[in-house]
Amino acid sequence: MIEMLKKKRSTLIKVRLTQGENIQRDFSLDIDASLSVPGVVGIFGESGSGKTTFLRCIAGLTRLGSAVVKFNDEVWQNDEIFIPTHQRSIGYVFQEDGLLPHLTVEKNIEYALRRNKKTSIKGLYEKVLLILGIENVLDVFPDQLSGGERQRVSIARSLLQQPGILLMDEPLASLDERRKREILPYLERISKHFDIPILYVSHSVEEIARLADNVLVFKQGRIVEKGPPNSVFASENSLIGLSDEVGVVFDGDISAWDENWELSTVTTGCGDLFIPKAGTVVGAKIRVRILAKDVSLIETPQSQSSILNQLPAEVVELSKDQNTAMSLVRVRVKSEQLVARISRKSIEQLKIVPGKSLWIQIKAAAVLN
Amino acid sequence: MLTPENMAAIKLTLELASCVTLILLILGTPLAWWLARSKSKWTAPVGAVVALPLVLPPTVLGFYLLLAMGPNGYLGQVTVALGLGTLPFTFWGLVVGSCFYSLPFVVQPIQVAFQSIGNRPLEIAAILGAGPFDRFMTVALPLAKPGFLTATILGFAHTIGEFGVVLMIGGNIPNETRVVSVQMYDHVEALAYDQAHTLAAAMILFSFFTLLSLYSYQKASSRAKTSFGISI
Repeated sequence: MIEMLKKKRSTLIKVRLTQGENIQRDFSLDIDASLSVPGVVGIFGESGSGKTTFLRCIAGLTRLGSAVVKFNDEVWQNDEIFIPTHQRSIGYVFQEDGLLPHLTVEKNIEYALRRNKKTSIKGLYEKVLLILGIENVLDVFPDQLSGGERQRVSIARSLLQQPGILLMDEPLASLDERRKREILPYLERISKHFDIPILYVSHSVEEIARLADNVLVFKQGRIVEKGPPNSVFASENSLIGLSDEVGVVFDGDISAWDENWELSTVTTGCGDLFIPKAGTVVGAKIRVRILAKDVSLIETPQSQSSILNQLPAEVVELSKDQNTAMSLVRVRVKSEQLVARISRKSIEQLKIVPGKSLWIQIKAAAVLN
Repeated sequence: MLTPENMAAIKLTLELASCVTLILLILGTPLAWWLARSKSKWTAPVGAVVALPLVLPPTVLGFYLLLAMGPNGYLGQVTVALGLGTLPFTFWGLVVGSCFYSLPFVVQPIQVAFQSIGNRPLEIAAILGAGPFDRFMTVALPLAKPGFLTATILGFAHTIGEFGVVLMIGGNIPNETRVVSVQMYDHVEALAYDQAHTLAAAMILFSFFTLLSLYSYQKASSRAKTSFGISI
């Protein structure tokens, strides 16, 4: 709880980007975002949706003629002003190859420190190195590091710059699944331990759901959705083209642990859920993700079912799925909403219409942290 | 073994090549940077002019330089106005001529090295707070080091080998413009084959070891992914 109440520095970023279709025929940008950033803002979208351009414009790496970028009271770009990248208070973590190849890890960090003379916070250097686990690779050149280590060094270096805002452009996209899982906890620790606003660009629902406090969804150069991850990821607007990933995210507390069956009871806004090994510490907060494909609908609760989680629900709305044989059904379960992905034939057979009461079965729920 | 005349010619040649290489490294680096990085429509024509000496007969280049540096040429009028006299048939005339002649051999390897760095390291440096000059000095130059080594060796070696330009604008003045290649020509004209042999052997050995050191270095640093190629 104390962690939650800790006051986070709030930073206001205003960005307005427009780019005509003359530059690339299929791509136009029209973004007007005003972000108040305490913690992590996730920027989510498919590749080519303009999210990297958005980040590069904030950094000053890409210069669009008509862009307006404001950082708190500073104007970084408008029609008259363009503050070059090296004078902006930013850290930037690239997708890959974010280190200067001719310098060792230590010299890379030194390069940043020498050019960012900030009041040194006592112990910050040691703390960052420790949290990111790179104390042992200081003398190594970037090409001798693994991809995951390189990203950790990049992140450490940008934290030590003590920037006003940290921009991360798909920092995990170049890594394989194992390395991703290796780094995600480091990223979580960063947002907990350092009071630094982060813009985190990714096309992975899992990363954004796990890390972000707020989400912007980009589609074809426009922001189509914004809000906390649980509401954003329940909206099919965010997830067209990713039908396997449609789902909801919400927070819950572990309220019981059954050692015999290795099941945790998680209290959420939609009631108590049984989730295998979600955590053993009663009272711990966790974030849960339930995919639409793991939710099914039934007329009456079934005692003979292998599925543990059956909850009463009410249909809110139906919408199309990318797969034309399937439909998405949004249901209300107590104070939360879930999405179920079922065949159009089942909709017909169960006579599913908005307002209808029925039961849902949750086949699986992923614990995100 | 080597006669005093041959020694004098070798000394003069090495002095010429050192001067030319130094001047070209200083002037060629900003030119190569501009050719590698600028989006100007002028990079293509300027690049073509830089590469001209690769394809032109040296005598053509020498002919125009001779006219330009003469008392009625643009360059000649400037040097006379500065009280330096005219440049043809002097050591400094050879230096100017050789700079044109060897220009592509210095500019192109540096340009290729700058291009192969790509944008990313410079963007990283900007993010870390380095301004444009800082980025050039601390990122571009160190990363282009292999290109500079190639440029130095090729510029030096190529200046040593030139003949046509020297003959057109330098003539054959001992200790002033009589470089090894001209001395060689003299020996053969005079049927002094013994002297020609020793000088020729010395040149072959020198050239071989110069190129050997370059290629050995290239092989050793091929991991650095830097291209040494000369391209027209």
